[in-house]
Amino acid sequence: MNFPTNSRSQDPRDADSAELAARRAEVFAALAEVLPANAILASREQTQPYECDGLTAFRALPMIVVLPATEEQLAAILRTCHRLRVPVVARGAGTGLSGGALPHRWGVTVSLAKFNKILSVDPLSCTAVVQCGVRNLAISEAAAPFGLYYAPDPSSQIACTIGGNVAENSGGVHCLKYGLTLHNVLRVRGLTAAGEPVEFGSEALDVPGLDLLAIVIGSEGMLAVTTEVTVKLVPKPELARCMLASFATVETAGAAVANVIAQGIIPAGLELMDRRMTEVAENFVHAGYDLSAAAILLCESDGAPAEVEEEIAAMRRVLTESGATRIEVSRDEAQRLKFWSGRKNAFPASGGISPDYMCMDSTIPRRKLAEMLLAIEVMEAKYGLRCVNVFHAGDGNLHPLILFDANDPDQFRRCELFGAEILEASLKVGGTVTGEHGVGVEKLNSMCVQFSPAERDRFLAVKRAFDAAELLNPGKVIPTLQRCAEYGKMHVHRGMMPFPDLPRF
Amino acid sequence: MSALPAEVAQLIDRLRAARATRAPLQIVGGGTKAFYGEAPRGEPLPMREVTGITSYEPSELVVTVRAGTPLAELESALAAKGQCLPFEPPRFAAGGTVGGMVASGLAGPSRAAVGALRDYVLGLTLLDGRGELLTFGGQVMKNVAGYDVSRLIAGSWGVLGVICEVSLKVLAAAADSATLEYEWDEPRALEAMARWRGQPVPLQASAWCERRLRIRLAGSRAAVLEARARLGGTAMDREAAFSYWESVRDQRHEFFAAAADEFGHGAALWRMSVPPGTQPFTLAGRQFIEWGGAQRWWWTAAPAATVRAAAASAGGHATLVRAADKCAGAFAPLSGELMRIHRALKTAFDPERILNPGRLYADL
Repeated sequence: MNFPTNSRSQDPRDADSAELAARRAEVFAALAEVLPANAILASREQTQPYECDGLTAFRALPMIVVLPATEEQLAAILRTCHRLRVPVVARGAGTGLSGGALPHRWGVTVSLAKFNKILSVDPLSCTAVVQCGVRNLAISEAAAPFGLYYAPDPSSQIACTIGGNVAENSGGVHCLKYGLTLHNVLRVRGLTAAGEPVEFGSEALDVPGLDLLAIVIGSEGMLAVTTEVTVKLVPKPELARCMLASFATVETAGAAVANVIAQGIIPAGLELMDRRMTEVAENFVHAGYDLSAAAILLCESDGAPAEVEEEIAAMRRVLTESGATRIEVSRDEAQRLKFWSGRKNAFPASGGISPDYMCMDSTIPRRKLAEMLLAIEVMEAKYGLRCVNVFHAGDGNLHPLILFDANDPDQFRRCELFGAEILEASLKVGGTVTGEHGVGVEKLNSMCVQFSPAERDRFLAVKRAFDAAELLNPGKVIPTLQRCAEYGKMHVHRGMMPFPDLPRF
Repeated sequence: MSALPAEVAQLIDRLRAARATRAPLQIVGGGTKAFYGEAPRGEPLPMREVTGITSYEPSELVVTVRAGTPLAELESALAAKGQCLPFEPPRFAAGGTVGGMVASGLAGPSRAAVGALRDYVLGLTLLDGRGELLTFGGQVMKNVAGYDVSRLIAGSWGVLGVICEVSLKVLAAAADSATLEYEWDEPRALEAMARWRGQPVPLQASAWCERRLRIRLAGSRAAVLEARARLGGTAMDREAAFSYWESVRDQRHEFFAAAADEFGHGAALWRMSVPPGTQPFTLAGRQFIEWGGAQRWWWTAAPAATVRAAAASAGGHATLVRAADKCAGAFAPLSGELMRIHRALKTAFDPERILNPGRLYADL
């Protein structure tokens, strides 16, 4: 590659090197031939708002930001960047939590904010066709008059875009029953790195050949730039009720989660918050949580009224048998939303009690929940940092929030080590380092632990099959051999010697 | 990681030897789907030794199973715990394996309601054409670490690698079900299925053939009871309904079992996969509709180009499933850019084109 790699050690506030200034001028001139002047941003004042996404600890100034309004403009941008070998980072609302939209210092950030139209909502096929920049919640709002909605509901759904959801394979509190983005997207239209239009999936239920849609979803913007998405809409349940259950220990709460699932019940949502998280959320929104409990579960049932009644009774029985000390069921929709408000505001509420927090996202087998919570408690003492816990317990997806102050370099260092230890503990119990937030730049080191060199090599080969010049979002998801070698010096891979199969040089 | 099982080590040896001589291999499970797709060729690579359920945690809703395990064995182990593979993989004949099920990616009557096979794949171990054992995904419900290669492998017909072991999400079998019948012509049946799609009813399967629509409701007792009252129709006897849906699932139903000649000289069985709301097709022959209109089987002697054009103009595609002659290609051809990506993926995983060459497309 003919450009220096992106690196955290570079301070984005450094003055441009002469080399970067010359490159910017060259690329600017080429883009100005295919775009209106007001669609290209190149001054620091203009590009600074794009320097990070939801993972604010990582920042880099993009060389140039472009705001195409049409697919033709986007194709022209991609062709230009491809010809000049300029890295391209696509960006939706910038709410991602793993640095997937972190700019490349030698690259062009493409804001897809203008692709914000809902093209159609079809109540007969139960689908909607939307441009990539449409907000997640806006789809459900447009479908509501037909009694339909788009099921995946990441906590950031008022802001995050469907294009970003496709990139990250986003989940949400209801994906236990209704599935992830993968399960709710039928078709993705986009452009390859070379600017070629391409469609993955279709409005039929399958396509001939390999299921490329399955690999494009969750590929973090590295295989194609999404422009348009056909989503599946589902009928809005007639009724939803949420149950709050209190537990005296986190172990009993964790066991209760496994017991509910073991009974064959798939609740519409099944969330766990530990006492500290409950306190923080309660102070933020006054959801009515039981502050005397060591952990609370939010357990939702939806469907026809008789079905909900049947399921609520079954859940109440299992939770009581599992040692719940208090159970409260929402009386009406207002109370149900109030119960959820604390959970949905867990992240902003945590922002209110600590200058910074780092959100981890590993997934583990449900039966290991209690064990993991206790392990995290031990790590808090080890690293001298506090951690609040909120989980998508039903599918074993943890969100420990490690609280720290980024202005204190030692706290940041300890926080990173704390996070890495949570991820490695998750792998040891048979889990994965990221359940729904993506690898981005944040979990590159952990990828060295989770995957062998041959597996990482195949990821790179998949990337090259779509993008031979490696220009789309380079440097994300797949760590380099060298990075893993350095990280491996400190860590042990899958209980064996560090990287026994890596050639030494 | 435990030591490599001897039978997997043997597979690796076979593959490396084939690679050295560039001798193609056909991956063989139970051989029950050999008729589907393009004809298998190459020396058989039998998977029957790579067998057994590695782990099954009913409370985790996850089962990990080796590829050569008979599907019947897996299904009875799940049934013993009140669980199932919700996508109802077709069995066609006795002896099919779990690996063949995943490699073909096929699903049965419940597909439109519960999702495809790939939606239930959590992870797998693959022996690729380079002779390396690779693990993608895992055994947990949510996993976005790296590209979702395990789901790309589902339905890939063995052209990227040999599936050795797979972890699948399983679910509790529905507490209750009921099958309702209606005497409706095709437009009326399609219209009803479209209307129900947008309503919160537990409609899990549908099948229309010869002016008769059958739907299966499945879910909690309360939900099935309420939907039965709402949807009318005539309830089918429980046992008759069970064997009817099994016959649709496994294509033992008389529509599928019919002799091709009944529908004209050179008639073939086509699978048209189209958006569910597609208007009725006017081909000569006989039709069986599933998946709320999204899957339409046709016995017809119409030329391949006619069938494919009809499916494509509706936004779908057509697969030539049973035919004396598949020179029109079993699977619909791909656009230039998609085919380029397919070839590049083949090169990434199987550069010498050792594994199931031509099974999906002639040049893969």
